[in-house]
Amino acid sequence: MDILNAIVAFSNFVLIPATSYGSQLALGALGVTMIYGILRFSNFAHGDTMAFGAMITILVTWWMQALGLHFGPLPTALLALPVGIVGCLLLLVVTDRAIYRFYRIQKAKPVILVIVSMGVMFIMNGLVRFVIGPGERHFSDGERFIISAREFKALTGLAEGLALRTSQAITIATAIIVVAVLFWFLNRTRTGKSMRAYSDNEDLALLSGINPERVVFVTWVIVAVLATIAGVLYGLDKSFKPFVYFQLLLPIFAAAVVGGLGNPLGAIAGGFIIAFSEVMITYAWKKVAGYVVPWWSPEGLVQLISTDYKFAISFIILIIVLLFRPTGLFRGKAV
Amino acid sequence: MNSTLKTTALFLVVTTLIAITGAMQSWNSALLIVNMGLVSAIMSLGLNLQWGFAGLFNVGVMGFVALGGLATVLISMPPVHEAWRVGGVHVMTALFIGVLTIAIAIVVFRRIPKGSLRTTLLIVILVVGFVTYRAILDPGVAAVEAINPTITGNLGGLGLPVLLAWPVGGLLAATAAWFIGKTALGLRSDYLAIATLGIAEILIAVLKHEDWLTRGVKNIIGLPRPVPYEVDLQNSPWFIEMVQDYGFELAAASSFYVKVNYSLLFTVILVILLIMAQLALKSPWGRMIRAIRDNEVAAEAMGKDVTKRHLQIFILGSAICGIAGAMMTTLDGQLTPGSYQPLRFTFLIWVMVILGGSGNNFGAVLGGFLIWFLWVQVEPIGLFLIDLLTAGLAEDSAIREHLRQSAAHMRLLTMGLILLLVLRFAPRGLIPEK
Repeated sequence: MDILNAIVAFSNFVLIPATSYGSQLALGALGVTMIYGILRFSNFAHGDTMAFGAMITILVTWWMQALGLHFGPLPTALLALPVGIVGCLLLLVVTDRAIYRFYRIQKAKPVILVIVSMGVMFIMNGLVRFVIGPGERHFSDGERFIISAREFKALTGLAEGLALRTSQAITIATAIIVVAVLFWFLNRTRTGKSMRAYSDNEDLALLSGINPERVVFVTWVIVAVLATIAGVLYGLDKSFKPFVYFQLLLPIFAAAVVGGLGNPLGAIAGGFIIAFSEVMITYAWKKVAGYVVPWWSPEGLVQLISTDYKFAISFIILIIVLLFRPTGLFRGKAV
Repeated sequence: MNSTLKTTALFLVVTTLIAITGAMQSWNSALLIVNMGLVSAIMSLGLNLQWGFAGLFNVGVMGFVALGGLATVLISMPPVHEAWRVGGVHVMTALFIGVLTIAIAIVVFRRIPKGSLRTTLLIVILVVGFVTYRAILDPGVAAVEAINPTITGNLGGLGLPVLLAWPVGGLLAATAAWFIGKTALGLRSDYLAIATLGIAEILIAVLKHEDWLTRGVKNIIGLPRPVPYEVDLQNSPWFIEMVQDYGFELAAASSFYVKVNYSLLFTVILVILLIMAQLALKSPWGRMIRAIRDNEVAAEAMGKDVTKRHLQIFILGSAICGIAGAMMTTLDGQLTPGSYQPLRFTFLIWVMVILGGSGNNFGAVLGGFLIWFLWVQVEPIGLFLIDLLTAGLAEDSAIREHLRQSAAHMRLLTMGLILLLVLRFAPRGLIPEK
């Protein structure tokens, strides 16, 4: 019984939150890694791109809620998501045409593009705060729980409860679908193959008649989809606040680099590695330890590091991987 | 137009802008811009050393600035004797054990050949060290934070003159930079950027959450000043007499006098650092650094130790940012860890360097002043424009209200726009490198 309670507590406080957070990071890291693979720079504006896509979705969600439109037990934001993606794509395409293309034609050094993306970051950040404000925004509705801790306890008779929030289930399900579609696209379709060819060897791809502008456009479409979905899922799971999205840049980058920049599979693995380490190292293990080793009653919370230092964890993992395996776990590329 | 003339003209433009502020708003706010402009110019000088001279992509300026701020507290605040008595020994022992653990781990890593023995040893050392560290630190911290938490709740500082904090801030930043440089400088440019970004966040997290050290988000206020207090001035006969001679208002004059004092102090520091940076740039050492930046492989082939030079300049640049951070905290008279934001303290400094002209010290100084001026003035200008544009709308129109409230975010938009325009149309900045 104690072991069962320990497993339930572990799932409730570590497994489920870490899996959904990991899915959000993986989607974000996939966007970063796609841009790095095709456009060959680290995009500092990615966190703010996520915020922008989420913002459009939130605005549409509010409008739908005002009209009385609902999506049954699911959050209305899912209905608004396509509009958010289109809005995000519009912004990205305009940015690319007005800003990035100039440097692409010039064949500017990647580091210049990184600085350019810092400028884009400022503008997107300002834009989001300008429209929706810097404060915290809630937009989730529908059923809050698929199964709440109380229901679970009543159902199983265990002392520990297991809660599964709708947003967590949606996050995990959506991430699986999106990743499956993305990999099918990259590996099976003609466009996807041409993108991988372009990423592997630009000159050779150009020689075989691949249109670079088309590849870049499709990349931005994929980035808009990934960034908006990641942003909306994170907002549903926690809440929407522009500054938090900016700060997400660090774990997202860590995930992409740990997996190997430019490698989509690596980005997913990296996302989960970062999320699980973050949650497990900052979790107070007292409860679980109490079930597993009942004779040991620790004084403190048995928390390795306080949650205040969660950034430190993604960062330390990043440094360790970079020092010992500089191209990441899954052999990324280097420009 | 020759370049000296152009530089002079650009500096005159900035001076005029600040003078207009003085004439239209108030001379006090103009001086406020000058003071923070001086601090910004020093930060931008530090980053220019790293990015402009050596091409090091440091996105962690905020962390070094914050360390300078920490130095101000550690040097100038009076020690809290009670806290030292109940928890000082614990905290210091724990910190010593922490450092010792890392040192032993590094020695083991270096001395023992790679293999399972080394891995096991490392894990054992780190785990035992961490558990001991926490076991000793936690009660000490609890004891320290229990002492008069509304006013202190921390260990305080050394109670030394605050001016001493400026070089110490530089030293603290330099030490941090040494550690960071040792681990991260070998990385590719964008990895280094991500690494420094992360380190800056961690440093801020430490300042925000280690209450025994900095009181965290409760802030430390009332830091000692290197210049007289307004209240004392208003009560001292010589000052009252002087003010009456010139016919100024007493309160405004005292505040003005204090700010002028700060300006003079800051100017002295800026001039010293500028001369040093200029001398370094023109020395054989400066030429070597630039040669490394322009072609690392060739410089290495000529026998230059690229890694060592990079480490050196990373430390120097960070130290300058640390000094600027200490000066800024002194000027504010308080340490507010919650106010350190990367957009303001890292990326804004980048805009300063890029706009001024990376690789040119005068450019960095100009960029510091100009961008700081805009950062302060964009909001009122934006508000003015919004009022003008929405003049046709009703007084209580929702759109107008929303726009007015959002004017504060115009700064971010403007800074992004400036950065993009400069990169596109004048990539070498206002005062290009020679």
